[in-house]
Amino acid sequence: MAETFQFELVSPDRLLLSEAVTAAVVPGSEGEFGVGAGHSPFLSTMRPGVVRATGANGDQHAYFVRGGFADVSASGMTVLAEQAIPMSEIDAAYLDQQIQNAEEDLADAKDDIERQKAALVLSQLQEIKAAL
Amino acid sequence: MASLKDLKNRIASVKATQKITKAMQMVAAAKLRRAQESAEASRPYAERMGAVLSNLASGVQGRDDAPKLMAGTGKEQVHLLLVCTAERGLCGGFNSSIAKLAREHAKKLIAEGKTVKIVTVGKKGFDALKRDLGQHIIEKIELTDKNVEYSSVKQIADKILTMYDEEKFDVCTLFYSKFRSVISQIPTATQIIPATFDAEDDQAAAGENALYDYEPDEQEILETLLPRNISVQIYSAILENAASEQGARMSAMDNATRNAGEMINKLTLSYNRQRQAQITKELIEIISGAEAL
Repeated sequence: MAETFQFELVSPDRLLLSEAVTAAVVPGSEGEFGVGAGHSPFLSTMRPGVVRATGANGDQHAYFVRGGFADVSASGMTVLAEQAIPMSEIDAAYLDQQIQNAEEDLADAKDDIERQKAALVLSQLQEIKAAL
Repeated sequence: MASLKDLKNRIASVKATQKITKAMQMVAAAKLRRAQESAEASRPYAERMGAVLSNLASGVQGRDDAPKLMAGTGKEQVHLLLVCTAERGLCGGFNSSIAKLAREHAKKLIAEGKTVKIVTVGKKGFDALKRDLGQHIIEKIELTDKNVEYSSVKQIADKILTMYDEEKFDVCTLFYSKFRSVISQIPTATQIIPATFDAEDDQAAAGENALYDYEPDEQEILETLLPRNISVQIYSAILENAASEQGARMSAMDNATRNAGEMINKLTLSYNRQRQAQITKELIEIISGAEAL
């Protein structure tokens, strides 16, 4: 059996997941990255996307997160998400709503930096929808 | 001496009041459980956030290019007090103890010649502070939602951050009541801007810090994390407040119910006594009337 490490996913409202996992894949702001046991200490911000973790007994966990950051330390890994929802509770309608919001943000953006950010969020959301 | 009818009315009205306080106590107890759960659920996030931040901060502290939210504006002249209280009264000393703490803090700062600005969250805090510190209150925010959402708290935080960016204040302190148990809530003041970290955490973190990899770089992460930390702190303060409020209301209403019970007992006793006295009086009148014949 593969080595495990402590994985925690928390959002401001609650602790969603806390258990020993063998691997986790997180949508970092500069690309997805995977984490295994004994990973070197690492801190990254996240973009909207899907956090996946494989439990010690082979369970698959998937959560949709909207930004936040991931902290890997010697004691384990903590994902602090601005908002996190189990993938099983997500459907196309929810994503459509999010995409619509992002489109509005894009239309409201005042300067180039904001526009760029909004466009990025929008493209990421569309990507997730396509993958669903 | 009150007449029999008066006493009867008093007893009825105290009984009605007791029913109300009893109902309020039970409602508060039910709400307390939910509020307590969400307050406790928000703690891990705030704790992790604090740990990660102090980890990061120990690396940046003392550097000239440290973010403004951490290093401060270099002045201490204008203080912003963010006073979080409840929307409703009838919860014992809950609102007044937060207001008292804030008032003392404000008075001290004014005596030192500092400028004080106050933002109140919740109607009761505004009511309590408007009389003697009314001219310092720059904004009052009311939380009309039943359940506080992170997104609505974020708006408050954004407002404060914009004010900070515009250099409208130098130091921000958050006032709220920490929930310890139903009978004990502790009014607390926490400085949120510039951010402060426990020295103990820093030392523990410093050892690990050297090995950390950052993506994107340290500076950028800190810049996104610090504003988020502000909203998380305010959010957990408001959740703690909600739990404290219900706890305070529960014990206040419990006391009120018990007092009403005592009062009913006393009133019933004097009612019965008076009734007995009247019967005796009537009997004496009849007997002495018969004897006179």
